[in-house]
Formats: sequence, structure tokens, C-alpha cells
Amino acid sequence: MSLAGFEVEVEQVNGAGLNTEEMTLNMGPQHPSTHGVLRFVVKADGEVMREAIPDVGYLHRSIEKISEKVGYHGFMPYTDRVDYVAAMFCNQGWGMVCEKLAGIEVPKRGEYCRTIAAELNRISSHLLSVGTMVLDIGAITPFFHAMREREKINDLLEEICGARLTYNYMRIGGVAWDLPPGFAEKTLAFIDRFEPVLEEYHDLVSVNAIYLGRCGNVATISAAEAINYNIVGPNLRASGVRYDVRRDEPYSVYPELEFDVPVGTGRAGAVGDSFDRYEVRLREMKESCKILRQCFRQIPEGPVIAKVPRKFKPPAGDAYIRVESARGDMGWYAVSDGTEFPYRCKVRTGSFAAMSIIDKVSRGLMLADLVTVIASLDIVAPEVDR
Amino acid sequence: MQDLLDRLMQQGHFAGVPVHVVYLIGIVVVGAVVLFGFVLNVAGGTTFIERRVWARIQSRVGPNRVGPQGILQWLADGLKLLMKEDTIPEAADPRLFRLAPYVVVIGFVAAFVCIPFSGDLIAADLNIGILYITTVTSLVVVGILMAGWASNNKWSLIGGIRAAAQIISYEIPAALSIFPIVMLTGTLSLQGIIRAQGWAPWDWFVFANPFTFFAFFILYTSLLAEGNRTPFDLPEAESELVAGFVTEYSGVRYLFFFLVEWGNLYVISAIMVSLFLGGWQIPPVTDSPILRNLLQFVTFFVKSYFWVLVAMWIRATLPRIRVDQLMTTCWKYLVPLGFVNLFGTALWMVIWPNGNRVVEALMTLLGFGLIGYFFSRVWFHLRRSRYTRAEILLSPFS
Repeated sequence: MSLAGFEVEVEQVNGAGLNTEEMTLNMGPQHPSTHGVLRFVVKADGEVMREAIPDVGYLHRSIEKISEKVGYHGFMPYTDRVDYVAAMFCNQGWGMVCEKLAGIEVPKRGEYCRTIAAELNRISSHLLSVGTMVLDIGAITPFFHAMREREKINDLLEEICGARLTYNYMRIGGVAWDLPPGFAEKTLAFIDRFEPVLEEYHDLVSVNAIYLGRCGNVATISAAEAINYNIVGPNLRASGVRYDVRRDEPYSVYPELEFDVPVGTGRAGAVGDSFDRYEVRLREMKESCKILRQCFRQIPEGPVIAKVPRKFKPPAGDAYIRVESARGDMGWYAVSDGTEFPYRCKVRTGSFAAMSIIDKVSRGLMLADLVTVIASLDIVAPEVDR
Repeated sequence: MQDLLDRLMQQGHFAGVPVHVVYLIGIVVVGAVVLFGFVLNVAGGTTFIERRVWARIQSRVGPNRVGPQGILQWLADGLKLLMKEDTIPEAADPRLFRLAPYVVVIGFVAAFVCIPFSGDLIAADLNIGILYITTVTSLVVVGILMAGWASNNKWSLIGGIRAAAQIISYEIPAALSIFPIVMLTGTLSLQGIIRAQGWAPWDWFVFANPFTFFAFFILYTSLLAEGNRTPFDLPEAESELVAGFVTEYSGVRYLFFFLVEWGNLYVISAIMVSLFLGGWQIPPVTDSPILRNLLQFVTFFVKSYFWVLVAMWIRATLPRIRVDQLMTTCWKYLVPLGFVNLFGTALWMVIWPNGNRVVEALMTLLGFGLIGYFFSRVWFHLRRSRYTRAEILLSPFS
């Protein structure tokens, strides 16, 4: 078996009346580092994991079923709860799928408002992910520094929609409110400051020998594996696959914007290890800052929401759209039977796919690496179960 | 003290007990009370200071409500824990479970017997001082293992086993780094070791020769590992093992474990200062024994507390290492380096039996140069930071 990059011969000590057996550990659903109510059944041989079987469903709230009872407009606040760390993307996904069903064109300014909100949300979600990852590895300070910046984004998002976590900002056909006066200046001031601060975090954490040792070569996912397991978003890009829904299947105003798609470099070991997943998120935050600057330069005047009837009845049919959420390609599928209520709604989320690969990559790792793997795959429990 | 005991004996107390036994009991009781009072205050104060230091590093405010600037927070926390229910899990081994915290505390407080406070203030200047300290602090691992096993909780068990493996492994490089000093002085007594040094940095053993210089860092690393401090806090790694061996503990037993953790910081630092940094040595400024002892105590305490603060800084900065990395660090790097230091010092003593003043002066210069470079880096990063200094130090949110 492989242990921290070394091939190790594990001798089974069973002789001399000494009986050894694997220990079954129940990690979660209440555990400090499972980021919500996740559960893993870990079979451990001392400190070495033989397998870690994810057990999902502790946070299942039947969100998809709820959509069939509350109607198209009424479902929007529920989408916040699909992934409460990056609720804007869920809002956007539901809005976009309904617009596709009914063939509604969102006004340009509305699209820009959506993009601005979504990119701010992406930064805050990545900050949380990176901060908790470093926290799980044992460093406390970077988490607080990440939260300090996230707090400022929360303030900004509170200005545009009044909420700090479950935004409910977008509507079918656009967004609920226009950007408040002075919002552009405040956000640009924040970005001006955030970009160098991001470099500081980089200096603080990414060169730390202990951190590199803990993340490098841990849970390496090759490009082929990532594609086979349907890994999406930053986790996929960390494996070296340059795929981003925003660039490859553009939606909203992303075709008008210029940004890079960072991929894993393998600086701490192999391409696709935990460190790459961490680093890709850091670099994506930089790209988001770039996108935000362009948005504020290009945003036109005009209405922010299209005319959508209060009794929203899309023609019978189905639609599928994809959004690049903070946790990757988020698919929204809705079937309409021509009534006020969707016939079926289905969300495809990145965390759920990422859960499925944990068992594969965690075999033979140390017990302490499991938290690194969970954190580096950025698994958010509500998004897994919905 | 003696007067009081004499009067009590005249009044007919202690009838039938030999005089020396009464004196002995008196000394032991007073010594225990004084030591335990000191230990409690230092450990408690350290919790408060650690939280405030962390808060500053993490741009938070920290506890500032109980008493002026929150200085009584540790008392409030301690009282709260004292009043909490002391739960014992049904499936636990109740006797071992109850016993474990006391074993840990005994192992820790017993170390204070040999730790000097000043030239004349020491509970017992044993001639096997440093050996005694390394031995009794090993009792802590017995308690931790007991706690981990008796809790009947898998996370506790892993924590306990990790602690045992870690503390036992790191005792070897620690001992290997203590031996050079013992060889240089020819004594195991901490007071003897301190007396062999001078008040000035060039008389300290850390700068005596290049090998003791490295031994200093190896010892600090090993002692941090023995005290379960970050980056070696694996036995109670919150994000992995919930709370390690203390997972099932509550109330006063929980308090004991944390008393030991924070108190241990002072023990670690006191050992470092005694062995390498001149202990309580001060320049000959006064003839008054009381004033001299007071100054020595302050010197020793300030030096020790500096290393406590360094440990806090390290804890706020570094991530935790993994079990295999922990063992690699110990057995592949620290133990061989420890042996190199040991033989290097022996060789040095053969070549220069009375030390080499030129090398000592150069080493001192080098040491201060390193410290200067370190602080210049800190200053550089503070200056380069986009956050203003006031923001870094004070405001959590601007």
C-alpha cells in the first residue's frame, strides 16, 4: 500500500494469539470537520483508512418535490437552500430554467446584475471553502482572515438583496432589485483591497511546508478519473481539465467577459491533488475579481427584469440548463405540464458527484487525510442531499 | 513557619509525633499549596493571554468582558467548569475514567518540584533534577492513555494512542538534546546547570558551541510535541478526532486536562530557559538576598514567558502535521541530529575543555543576527500588508 508517497509493506500481525481487526469508525453526522451533517463509515487499520463509505441523506429536505407544490415564482426562496453557501447560483439556475421553458429574454442590465451577484457569491463561497480547508488541516488563523473578507462580501450582498446567506435575489426574468446607488464604488473598493490581500493569504498559507506536506499528493484525482466520476467545477479543473461552463457553454453575459480558467499545476506534488484543488479556488477568486471589474465597466442602463406574468404558466415541455456554480457545473432540469406548478424539477449538483469519489481516493490514506479530502473537494452537505 | 509549628506543638497538637516529622509535613504542605497556587495562576493566566494573543493575530477582539480587559475570564471559565455536571459515560471504565485526570495533573505538577524560580527559591534542588523532570512528565502520557482507553470511545482511543506514540517518541530527541548540557556542566541539577551559566548572552549554553545551538531548537520542537502543542497537537486534533482523549470528559476533569496543557507550556519554557538561556542569572546589582531573589524570579519568569508567547505564536500560525510526518520528523531528522549534537559536543569538549570564547562571541552575534533578521522580516510583511497596522491589531471589521 502507499503511505504518504512511500510504498509500505504492511505486515499482518495475527500470530502469537494476538488478534487484530479493523476498526469501524463512524465519522459524522455530528463531527466538527464534516461541514454539515455528512456521515462516513470508516474502516481503519490503526491510522490507515481501508475504506471510507459516504452515507448521504441526513440533510434531505425534498426540495425538488417542494417545487411541485409551490409554483414557479414561489420556489425561488427554496432554491437558496439547495446550496446555502452559494445561493446565488441556485437562484440563477432556477431563473434560467424557467426562462428557457417560457422563452423569456432577460434584459441586459438584469443579466449583469446576476453576474455581479453570482461572482461576489463565488468569491465568498471559495473563501469559506479555502478557509475551512486550512482550518481542517489545523491552522486556525487563515480561517478568521478568510471570514473577515467574506464578511465584507456579505455586507455587499446584503446591500443588494437584504440578506446575507439565503439571498432570494433573482426572479424569473431578471433580478428583484437594481443595484443600490454607490454599489459599484463600494465593490470596486473592496476588490482593490481584496486582490492584494489574496496574495497575502497565498504567502501565508500556500508556501507553508507543513501545509504542502499535508495536501501534496493527497487524494490525487487524475483527469480521466475526474471525468469518469463526473467531477465538476474547481475539482475537475484541478485535475488538469480546462472546462468551465462559463467559457465552454456560455450563458448569461459570460461571452462578453474575458477571464482565464485556471487549472491545477501540481506544484505540491501530482496534478489533481488536494493542494491543486485549493490553489485553483484561490486563482478563481482572482478571476472573479477580474470579471467583476469588467461587469462594472460594461453594465448598461435599463430595466433589470423582463415582463413576467404573475401567474407564470410556461408551455408544456422540459428544459435543462447548466450554471457554473462555486462547486461546479450545476444542472437544473424542469418539466412543465402547462399549469402553474412544475411537473418535475431536478437539480444536479457538484458536491454529490464529489462524494462518490471519496471512497475511491481515500483508500490507503491516513485518517487525518479524510478531512483534507472532504475539505478540498469542497463538499457542502445541503447540496449533496437537497 | 517554624514558629507557628512550634506554637502548635506547645499547645499540645501533634502529640506523640517527632518534631522533624512535623516540620517535614509543614514544609510539604506549604510547598504544595504555594506550588499549586503558582501552577493554577500561571496556567489560568496563560489561557487568558493565549486567547488574547490569538485574537490579535486573527484580527478578533478576544475575551474582554469579565474584569478589566477580560483579565478574569479564566476564573470565570474555571468556575463554570467546576460547576458543570461531571458525566461519566455508561460504557466507560468508571474507575480509570475518574483516575486519569489526576494522573495527568500529578505528572505535571510534580515537574514543578525541580523547576527553579530564583537562586534560592526552588521546592527541591534534586541532584537528578532534569532527569527527574523528564521522568515525571512521562506520567502525563499514562494518564492520557488511561483517559483514551477508559472513555470507551473510538476517537478517544485513537487520541490516546496517538499521544502515547508521540510523547514516547519525542522524549528521545528531547533527552538527546538535554545530554550535551549535562555533559558540559557535569550535573543534572537545574540549579547547578543555571549556576554554570552567566547573566550575559555569551555565557548562555545556547551559544556555547554550534551543537548546543541546534540542540536548543531540537529540544524546543520535541518539548512542544511532548506538550501536544501545534503543530503536534494530534492527540486532540479537533478537526480529525473531535476532541481526542478528552472527548468524553466534562466539568472539572476536563478542566484538569486543560490545566495541564496550558501549565505545560510554562514547564517547557522553564526547562528551555534553565538549560540554555541562563535561567535566573542576573548581573550582580544588589547584595540584599530578598531583592536579588525577586529580580532573579522576574528575570526567570519573563524569559520563560517569552517562550510561552512564542509557542502561542506558533500555534496560531502553523497547521497540524500528520501522524506519519510526525514520526518521520522525529525518527528521521530529530533523533539523528540529536546524536550529532551529542557527539559534536563531546568532541568540542575534548578539543576545548574550557570552551572557546571566540566561537561563543561569534555564536552570540549570529544568534542576535538571526533574531534581528526574523524581526526585520516581520516588520517588512507588516509594512507591505494592505491592512493598516491599526486594523491588523485592533479592528475585526472595518
